[in-house]
Amino acid sequence: MNSLSRLGAIVGKELRQLRRDRLTFGMVVGLPVIQMLLFGYAINTDVRDLRTAVADEANTHLSREFVARVGQTQVADLRFDVESPQELEELLRRGRIAIGVHIPADFDRRVADPGRPAVQLLVDGSDPTILGVANQLRSMPIRFDSAAAGAGPASAIEVRPYYNPERRTPVNIVPGLMGVILTMTMMLFTAVAIVRERERGNLELLINTPVSSAELMIGKVIPYIVIGLIQLALILAVGSLLFEVPVRGSIVDLYIAAAVFIAANLALGLLVSTLVATQFQAMQMTVFVLLPSILLSGFMFPFDGMPRFAQILGELLPNTHFIRLTRGIMLREASLLELRGELLALAAFAAVALTLAAMRFSKRLD
Amino acid sequence: MNDLVIEARGLTRHFGSLVAVDSLDLEIPRARIYGFLGPNGSGKSTTIRMLCGLLTPTEGRVTVLGVDVPGDAQSLKAHIGYMTQKFSLFGDMTVRENLEFMAAIYSWPRDRRRERIAELLADYDLADRPKQLAGTLSGGQKQRLALAAAVLHEPDLLLLDEPTSAVDPQSRRDFWAKLFALAERGTTILVSTHYMDEAERCHRLAILDRGVKVADGTPEALKEGMGMHTVEVLADEPTVAQQVLAGMPGIASITQLGVRLRVLLPSAVADPANLVADRLDAAGIEARCDVAAASLEDVFVAVTQKPAVGAS
Repeated sequence: MNSLSRLGAIVGKELRQLRRDRLTFGMVVGLPVIQMLLFGYAINTDVRDLRTAVADEANTHLSREFVARVGQTQVADLRFDVESPQELEELLRRGRIAIGVHIPADFDRRVADPGRPAVQLLVDGSDPTILGVANQLRSMPIRFDSAAAGAGPASAIEVRPYYNPERRTPVNIVPGLMGVILTMTMMLFTAVAIVRERERGNLELLINTPVSSAELMIGKVIPYIVIGLIQLALILAVGSLLFEVPVRGSIVDLYIAAAVFIAANLALGLLVSTLVATQFQAMQMTVFVLLPSILLSGFMFPFDGMPRFAQILGELLPNTHFIRLTRGIMLREASLLELRGELLALAAFAAVALTLAAMRFSKRLD
Repeated sequence: MNDLVIEARGLTRHFGSLVAVDSLDLEIPRARIYGFLGPNGSGKSTTIRMLCGLLTPTEGRVTVLGVDVPGDAQSLKAHIGYMTQKFSLFGDMTVRENLEFMAAIYSWPRDRRRERIAELLADYDLADRPKQLAGTLSGGQKQRLALAAAVLHEPDLLLLDEPTSAVDPQSRRDFWAKLFALAERGTTILVSTHYMDEAERCHRLAILDRGVKVADGTPEALKEGMGMHTVEVLADEPTVAQQVLAGMPGIASITQLGVRLRVLLPSAVADPANLVADRLDAAGIEARCDVAAASLEDVFVAVTQKPAVGAS
């Protein structure tokens, strides 16, 4: 019986302490509910509205009808009309579209000839899901007279996967995984950095010295940028040696993008550190950011397939922009200049988070 | 600059509905050791934190080394040394690394750092363990390291928040010897304590009770001006004697120290020793009663009207 009463005392103490740790208590409710709502709606393997461009060189009645039907499938969202297949490739490389529809000038004649494909779909094959969806489009019939009997040519539509012709998963996963790994490690490093010193009492000493808030914040970020770049080198080495993941673009571009991304995560970690009271809370907040960084960033599911609100949330995550950068540079041989929008987004994120952290961090105790 | 290092007027700090420090006036002269004596929760730490700009006063004005606080607190940081109640250096760095870190933080000239650190290691008896991790030092060693770090940049003002609460008596004596040496060289020291023997060593002290300054002066002046007689009672059964005296009118307080009782009576009472002796005699208790010299603890009891804490 004594044992039961002691057990009860421990259970009661744990619950009481948990209830007083408001953030943790909030996480008990918030983590499952918010994340379930978020991902339940956002995660959707039934991909729609892939950004698509059309180069209709035939411009006949039949070709226009075909383009309209592609639009009606809802799989493709017709964003651009361009003149040539070269322009399609350009858009594809810059990550502006996932599918390019090329209709050659002799489209009408090709439709009549079962031996030749009438349409080419240029697909960003770096994501196997997108490739799978594009393959669905192949089953669309193309006929002069939709009422006419008889099957159209079976291979009227040819799918040409770009960037990952062997359709190997690691080629798609590794560039994204880099962002996930760096998000996790970098954020955690700095998220606990300030709270740890507060818990140990070091902070009260530091704030009584001439050190300024900005010096303290930036000083805590710089060493971890170096550590992050070392981690990046390790990931790239393993990716290249074991999984034969290519780096087709400039390695310098990749490192520049990674440095900015790492800074953004470290700054976010510092901001978390100024918001929480214990190291445990800091870790919970890190997980809270990490999960959407995996699920809403385009790492697991094609970004185009997510509902609008999930995309907006995704745009707020550094990892979303970094994954676009890494896939662009490593797989599509895009240059940093072509992807500058993503890089600017990361830089802005880092600057805002670091400023907020320095403002939140007061050299006072009240 | 006048010779007051700290000047505070009406310093007040609220925490919600709690008044931690209430209308405190302070005048602390240069090159003196000034003590804050008071029990836990009397507002010592809150006051020190307001003086160095860590806490914003709810009301009142403070000037430290001629600088308005907390407004210009940042410019003050280079001229003050601060030692927290809890050891706040880096436990996972060595003694020397901690001092090197502080030297860099205070922009101590690079070419003189090695020399300054060697000097501090010798002065604070740490020369035999520069490579030991600070976290593994004993209480007394940690405290010496913390003081060495606090004085590294030769501050004009040293703020020490219960610096000796975690160390043994011998270490405390050594510590105070260091403080006197610093004061002789011109450093002003503000030290909070709840030890009477430490308060006794201060050039001047303020007694704080629930956020209010109830006494301020040199230890001698405080004892002389206490306005109470102290009668020391030596009895076989001091507990019984205490019960008898407790009901007696005119007695301000009774404190038991082993077999002795220290009884405080208002100074208006003539012949206090006999008054107490008669009362005990009437109750059939044998006791010796003598008027004794006032101690600082008597002063503390008299001004706060309650037993002192942490008396040694």
